[in-house]
Amino acid sequence: MTPTPTTDPDDAATIAALRAADDAPEDAFARARQRFAGRAAADGLVDVAYEDHDSPLGRLRIGATARGVVRIGLPAEDPEAVLEQLAREISPRVLRSGSALLTTARHELDEYFAGARRQFDVALDWRLTRAFRRQVLEATARIPYGATSSYRDVATVAGSPNAVRAAGTALATNPLPLLVPCHRVLRSDGALGQYRGGAAAKGQLLALERPA
Amino acid sequence: MPVPATRDDSSIAPVDPARPRRSRLPPFDAVVELHGRALLRFCIARLGPDRGEDAFQETLLAALRRYPQLRDPDAVLGWLFAIAHRKVIDGARSAARGPTPSDRIDEQAGAWLDPEPTGSVWSRVAQLPPKQREAIALRFLADLPHRDVGAAMGTSTEAARRNVHEGLRRLRADGDRA
Repeated sequence: MTPTPTTDPDDAATIAALRAADDAPEDAFARARQRFAGRAAADGLVDVAYEDHDSPLGRLRIGATARGVVRIGLPAEDPEAVLEQLAREISPRVLRSGSALLTTARHELDEYFAGARRQFDVALDWRLTRAFRRQVLEATARIPYGATSSYRDVATVAGSPNAVRAAGTALATNPLPLLVPCHRVLRSDGALGQYRGGAAAKGQLLALERPA
Repeated sequence: MPVPATRDDSSIAPVDPARPRRSRLPPFDAVVELHGRALLRFCIARLGPDRGEDAFQETLLAALRRYPQLRDPDAVLGWLFAIAHRKVIDGARSAARGPTPSDRIDEQAGAWLDPEPTGSVWSRVAQLPPKQREAIALRFLADLPHRDVGAAMGTSTEAARRNVHEGLRRLRADGDRA
């Protein structure tokens, strides 16, 4: 509570009474907020819509623009930082709000985790990655379900066989994990290597895709 | 009731769609999370639950529309409540013009609803001069610092502080008489 330096001490009782006004109940606020989000989306005021989605890995934060899914935040990431990145790099008009794209993405992710989907069809918005990093991720997107590749292989497909370290950075900052399957890229010696969502999540995804 | 001039537009930068810039503004969702409860409390206290929620929505829609052009991330709160201040006045006016005036006597009486039952301190706030009761509401209902009370009402920080101070002084005098 902000101190009020010019306030007379005799006003303390008045101020306490003024501050005692009740908050609207939290559920009333949640409903009002949701109605606002619906109207904002209908008016085309939401540049990045996001929703949280529970998965076997934990809670995913999925962001989408009008063009496609633009960001998936893995459970190991700070969910606030995901929103801050979207605000900084795309538009501050970021709102928790449903969209047809988000619904499709969530449905496809559910199917994927259930073992009923081997590739994603939902539209992607690549704008958070560019230049060589984007080429690395596009090469990664072509690694089939159940297969793996190496950092050197994706660097080679991206056009720079020697840029293995840069390929690693591209994969470590993949804005679209799962949809762009960076978990399928391993170290040349067969070790798992790094994963934005943690090594355990990477192993879990590879196990999911391994033929029984 | 005279409408105080608002100055929120001075913090709006000209739109330049050709040059997308990296924004320093927090995600709008975080603004709603941080200030939405105070905004709803303020709107409902001023207009009652139904029109109050309408004003809450109209405020956020107008704010979201112009949000990318806001220059100063630290000005968000005063800017948001400047919009709310206008929307509440609009809401009270449309209530006064409503087709069933007999249901809405309380709003016509001064664009002000008691957030608390009669006899409470807020029913005495309703008797204050408009600038003082508005400053008191923004300061204690919406919990704004004096700087943002001033920004919301289009006055200086000092004038906001004086309005709050004068309002408190009158409330105390009324309380002593009661």
